[in-house]
Amino acid sequence: MQPSFINDLKCIVGEQYTLTDRESLAVYGYDSTPEQESQPGVVLLPGSRDEMASILNLCHGSGISVTPRGSGTNLSGGSLSTNSGVILQTSRLNRIIEVDEENLTATVEPGVITSTLHREVESRGLFYPPDPGSMNISTMGGNVAENSGGLRGLKYGVTADYVMGLETLLADGDLLRTGGKVVKDVAGYSLNPLLVSSEGTLGIFSAITVKLIPKPQGKITMLAHFPVLQDAALAVSAIIAAKVIPATLEFLDKVTIKCVENYARVGLPLDVDAVLLIEVDGHPVVIAEEAAAVANICKKTRCSFFQTAQNAAEALKLTEARRTALSALARLKPTTILEDATVPRSCIAAMLKVIQDSAKKYNVIIGTFGHAGDGNLHPTCLADERDKDEIMRAHAAFGEIFEAAIAMGGTITGEHGVGLAKKKYLPRLVGESGIRVMRGIKNAFDPKGILNPGKIF
Amino acid sequence: MDYVKLINCMRCGMCLPVCPTYKETFFETASPRGRVALVKKVHEGELDQSERMLEYLSLCLDCQACASACPCGVNAGELVAEFTCERKSESGLGFMENLILRKLVPHPDRLETSMTPMRLYQNSGLQKLVRTLGILKIFPKPLGRMEGLLPPLPAKPLRQEIEEVTSAVGAERGTVGFFLGCVMSLIFSDASRATIKLLSKLGYRVITPRNQVCCGAPNMLGGDLEGLNEASRTNIDIFAGYQLDFIVTDCGGCGAELKNYAHHSTDESAAAFSAKVRDISQVLALHSDELRAVLKPLNRKVTYHDPCHIAHCQGIRKEPRNLLTLVPGLQYRELESADACCGSAGTYNICKPEMSDRILQRKLDTVRASGAEILVTSNPGCLLQLKKGLANQLPEVTLMHLTELLTLSMSQ
Repeated sequence: MQPSFINDLKCIVGEQYTLTDRESLAVYGYDSTPEQESQPGVVLLPGSRDEMASILNLCHGSGISVTPRGSGTNLSGGSLSTNSGVILQTSRLNRIIEVDEENLTATVEPGVITSTLHREVESRGLFYPPDPGSMNISTMGGNVAENSGGLRGLKYGVTADYVMGLETLLADGDLLRTGGKVVKDVAGYSLNPLLVSSEGTLGIFSAITVKLIPKPQGKITMLAHFPVLQDAALAVSAIIAAKVIPATLEFLDKVTIKCVENYARVGLPLDVDAVLLIEVDGHPVVIAEEAAAVANICKKTRCSFFQTAQNAAEALKLTEARRTALSALARLKPTTILEDATVPRSCIAAMLKVIQDSAKKYNVIIGTFGHAGDGNLHPTCLADERDKDEIMRAHAAFGEIFEAAIAMGGTITGEHGVGLAKKKYLPRLVGESGIRVMRGIKNAFDPKGILNPGKIF
Repeated sequence: MDYVKLINCMRCGMCLPVCPTYKETFFETASPRGRVALVKKVHEGELDQSERMLEYLSLCLDCQACASACPCGVNAGELVAEFTCERKSESGLGFMENLILRKLVPHPDRLETSMTPMRLYQNSGLQKLVRTLGILKIFPKPLGRMEGLLPPLPAKPLRQEIEEVTSAVGAERGTVGFFLGCVMSLIFSDASRATIKLLSKLGYRVITPRNQVCCGAPNMLGGDLEGLNEASRTNIDIFAGYQLDFIVTDCGGCGAELKNYAHHSTDESAAAFSAKVRDISQVLALHSDELRAVLKPLNRKVTYHDPCHIAHCQGIRKEPRNLLTLVPGLQYRELESADACCGSAGTYNICKPEMSDRILQRKLDTVRASGAEILVTSNPGCLLQLKKGLANQLPEVTLMHLTELLTLSMSQ
């Protein structure tokens, strides 16, 4: 990178927030994605929308790429710069601009931490449901760019279902406003859904307006133990077939249970094949009925033990323990390769079987947990990056799992994005025409291709 | 350095929201996973041990909040400390480090004598004069900060005053050894006096060996492993001379270090020593019912700051809170982010004044928001740091060691 270019950047964001030393570039060469590493040419931490726009304008003119990054918890390599370009970290833009209690919306800057928004709106009796596993550090900008899901996706949907308005900086730094606080809006193409999950390839968000809903009055958290894996899957299907939609319906297999319990010590059983963590929320009378129905179904599907959290602290302990599942799995082996193949939820039992069979066939350890209720499982291969053969076998196993997911009418990624990690599987899913249309859209937004190049396709 | 410990970090970022320096800067180099990555890259030969690298690593408080938050069992703070320690042992101790770590710290009498000029300085009125005239401005900054941190010193260190054996009140239920922290003895002797009083009141005979030496934590901090080993050998031998149920300390930093002796040595006597070490709150918590019977009402609002060395290094969180709720009339209020570092962190508040002040400010803001009239904690580093902070911003809040509050309630 030219020294004069770096100087121009320093003039925009200040010397302190222009990082060019070897050490900084090295640590911005990773995010949470295993096996992916690629160092940027410079890291910038702008403090305002105007600074972000100026950076884009300058880079656009010089043909230098820009990759947005929040806290760097991306799981598909999306926040890495693939061609030694600029990393634009949005963390300093972390104001909650407004909580509009009349329109039930919140408007935030992209660097606001998801759980910070949760706390703020919940203190006013409101609710922002998307709760990705990394919500205590993930940023709203990242959540929107990746269309993050979370534990409450089954009942409440994902980030896209809550984005109402976006203020997006285009490749040349120009501002694009889409949507707003209106519930209905059919003026022109719906650009919001396009920008949500665009993985930083179409624009960089400078403000985000999300929908809020009233906070559920109560919730009941339950845990069911299943000695047989397939019975847990049957319970999931039976609960949904009984027209009970829990807010959370999470699955943990034996390998995951062991690792989580080892860290969190919340009393998970070590002698069963699977547990389901179930949370129903809403009106106290309704959830009491739903909880009873859930208990009944679990017993019918041969759960060996059924436990209801006695208070909020106990409930929180269980859900927080689930949040640590991915990281806790790393206790067993240093390299955790996590996938998020997603299938129609009626296929959960079949998908679990495929995962088990692939693990056996390729002789790898796969721990599986995830959002069973919405068909989004996280098979996680536990390997050692120093054992190249094991890593190859892991990828072969995942190749089969993806094929199976596609065959069942599912997708290669439910919530982590394509980024770098799943690029090669995308054509298989969306076909040639799918890729062609996506490329067309990319060209319309960013003809010079400076925004997060090398991602998705 | 164990390479496996470095590759166990899977960079999930669970450590970022609890890291005080990441919260202040948003720089990846100032985050636990960033530090692990830096050390790993040096290990792999991809980066050099440059001055800038060490500067980045030195921003770590070693508060170990990241270790508590890490689901895969990585302790970034410890890895950084280990790395720094290895590097220092390669380059050897500097003149000042040698003077302080080898000639001063291991010798309680010298350490105590070294404080005499300070005591004189405070008592003679010279301190008042210096502060009024702003003379400190002409001295190097760290000196000025040290002067500002020091509260009035007791007339004599506790080590010189306390009897070697304090008998149990009433029927004797056991014998404990009391480990005198240097700073507790030199500066917060009232708190340690309260600790010994509580122990004896609960029926323990308390032995306070006068020849015990510093726990060695400053040596560890200064990268002087040999000094640490010498300190541990001395203390292990001294305490092995008594039949003890526990070795009790009321200093979080000492407690963490003493419990660590077993990790630094393969010697059985080190394991036996460490296994007996208890923080005072752990011992008191065994006798809740008896304490409840003697504690008298104290109608005040109180909150508790978790010292890193107690919450993160020793995993003790419940006991101090439970003890506070035993006091009738005392209204306990949980501090937001109670287990976040206060910025004291050994000598950090002197070496990294700017960052330390920013971290302290967050803590003071939460104390203000809690509405507490009394702030309780149980580590001398925190006591020094918070005393300075409260004096400047919240003079109405009283700062106390846990045992001071309990004896206050007993004497009502």
